[in-house]
Amino acid sequence: MSKLDRRGFLRRSTALLAAGSLPVSLVEMAFGKSSSQNFTFAYISDSHITHLKGREFVRNWDRGLIRAVAEANLLDPRPDFVFYGGDIAQLGKPEEIDHGLDILGGLRGKVHYVMGEHDYYLDLGEHWRKRLGPEHYSFDHKGVHFVVLNSILTFDDWMYDKWPSGEERMHQMARLDNPQGSPFMVGDEQRAWLKKDLAKVGRQTPVVVFSHSPLQKIYKGWNFWTDDAEQVQALLKPFDKVTVLYGHVHQIQYNQIGNISFHAAMATAWPWPYPQSYRQQASYLPKLTVPMNRADPFFERDATGWQFIDLHSGNAEVAYVLPNNSNRVVRFDPGAGKPVDTQYQPADKRIPPQKHY
Amino acid sequence: MTGRTALAALLLAASVAATAQPLGLPPVPVPAGNPQTPAKIALGDKLFHDARFSADGKVSCSTCHDKSKAFTDRLKVSKGFNNLTGTRNAPTVLNAAYMKTLFWDGREPDLEGQSKQPFINPVEGGLPDHSPLLAVIRKDPAYVKAFRAVFGVEPGAITIDHVARAIASFERTLVSGDSAFDRYYFAGDRKALTAAQVRGLEVFVGQGRCVSCHRIEQTQALFMDNRFHNIGIGFKRIRGKELETARAFLRAKQAGADVDKTVLTKQNMSELGRFAVTENLTQVGAFKTPTLRNVELTAPYMHDGSLATLEDVVDFYNNGGREKETDPLSPFLSGGIRPLDLSDDQKKDLVAFLKALTSPDVARVAGLAGK
Repeated sequence: MSKLDRRGFLRRSTALLAAGSLPVSLVEMAFGKSSSQNFTFAYISDSHITHLKGREFVRNWDRGLIRAVAEANLLDPRPDFVFYGGDIAQLGKPEEIDHGLDILGGLRGKVHYVMGEHDYYLDLGEHWRKRLGPEHYSFDHKGVHFVVLNSILTFDDWMYDKWPSGEERMHQMARLDNPQGSPFMVGDEQRAWLKKDLAKVGRQTPVVVFSHSPLQKIYKGWNFWTDDAEQVQALLKPFDKVTVLYGHVHQIQYNQIGNISFHAAMATAWPWPYPQSYRQQASYLPKLTVPMNRADPFFERDATGWQFIDLHSGNAEVAYVLPNNSNRVVRFDPGAGKPVDTQYQPADKRIPPQKHY
Repeated sequence: MTGRTALAALLLAASVAATAQPLGLPPVPVPAGNPQTPAKIALGDKLFHDARFSADGKVSCSTCHDKSKAFTDRLKVSKGFNNLTGTRNAPTVLNAAYMKTLFWDGREPDLEGQSKQPFINPVEGGLPDHSPLLAVIRKDPAYVKAFRAVFGVEPGAITIDHVARAIASFERTLVSGDSAFDRYYFAGDRKALTAAQVRGLEVFVGQGRCVSCHRIEQTQALFMDNRFHNIGIGFKRIRGKELETARAFLRAKQAGADVDKTVLTKQNMSELGRFAVTENLTQVGAFKTPTLRNVELTAPYMHDGSLATLEDVVDFYNNGGREKETDPLSPFLSGGIRPLDLSDDQKKDLVAFLKALTSPDVARVAGLAGK
């Protein structure tokens, strides 16, 4: 079976599970030549579990995460692991992180975690680290080098000196369009670590970097932004194939900067509007993104979702699983040298986004 | 006026009368390839009621879609030949003409496609294929004459598609509106609903959130949305076995198993709902929104007939997609399903309102059928 045949097969059968029925030998034959071995992983992000009182949590956000976990558990063959892209909690409370991890505990298989600002700014990540371990790390898997960064740090004076309490600091950072916020950054220390980490990695090895905020600058007003993005990108520049996967923005975004493909994750909680549609004027939102269509407010899960990622070519093929909506696949197009939406890229095929609020 | 134009005017008047819609309903969509004609409708009516098209000679379309029971069978799940049972409740044919997909999981795109399946399903008509049915038709002089008149085909050229087109044409006449709700809402008759029903309508469009799927438009109301939702029905059957069930189903399907046969004969796989058709992970346990017109007459309810009364249905939704408040919720539940916090009075009013959706012309429509 050629690569093209398998593509056709997968497209006919829109389920991600379709691959499960392929005899393993065929899959290996199809991808035996690529530098990485064929494997997949699921990617869930931004659940914003919100504590009310006692054992009460906001039902809607609970249901979003519960549903994503249940759906991801149906993937067949099983993904090699699951990534969680950050913001388990809304206000960083131990109750929220613990409750979110209880739900995520239902996932079959290993889960890797990324730190989000909503997990961090109450206690500067203390409870998260206690439950989940280090906030930046790397590992190799079937020929791919994975890197996890904490990209939501900020200036020391904002973090340590500006606010009277952790609660106040968390509330300030939890606001989307807060002029008193502070830009996210990876910071000198982690960049030095990243440089050292990447020094051991061959240039042909596909590199996949996970961050919570985009490692590209989209819109500073909402912190769709990482202040030292260019410096991180420079460290990634020597590699042939680099993919950056981030959460935070609660919407479909994809972009290509040089050798680096960027893909955003949907939230399981709620969608954010696109900065340009909210502002009704030009913004730095990557022009390559085909916006997702408007949310139906009745269906609480609409415009939320999770992702399933196939790395067979060394570039990410991101399948968005979108309840009450049309699933989408964004895949690296070697001819175009960038990720494209497999179905909606032509302008006349798109579902118009919501532009009024 | 010449004789010819008079005749044309008469025919036009007749066709207008034939397409005039009951209050509250839009025009019936008719596919270009299968126009309605009186002879075709009459043929479809006859085919719909012919029990010879089954393995034991006792089961026709009307067995499960009985005109004396508002075109249902009032059973939890339908009985086919030799009293074999399937997995799903027979929905009414009334107003099925407006559906954009057919069957609870939408596995057929139109009435034509739908009508071919039950004959050859192993727990419905039980025929091995359509050839015994066509053999009966080809040997029956009345059918031979009718098929020749309607489709211009000789007996040897009659196919199951002709049969399906005739049955679908008949089913497109089974529409009924003119309910008390229609008179109140679309004709401005303020006295058409009781005070309880008016309050029930408020619950229906407000706190009950019913209208989001069972839609009411400005000029008509089909009380459905042609979409698929997981509302929690049937979830208990596959709880904890979702992966195994989905995996076994997909492997069987890719090995060539027929969806229609599989979902009606395998109880667990039936609960996969729309997923069985689309293989979309977001549609596990999702079933099509049925119309609520004549819902008073079509108990029991839901795709598996598991709720006996309208009161049970209202309680189920009020509990956020479960029979008892202490039951677990399906993790695949659709986003619109959540506890409603309705009072006992609101629930009673809502049930009263649902009974205002009964058409007085159900009896008339039933009288037209099966003559």
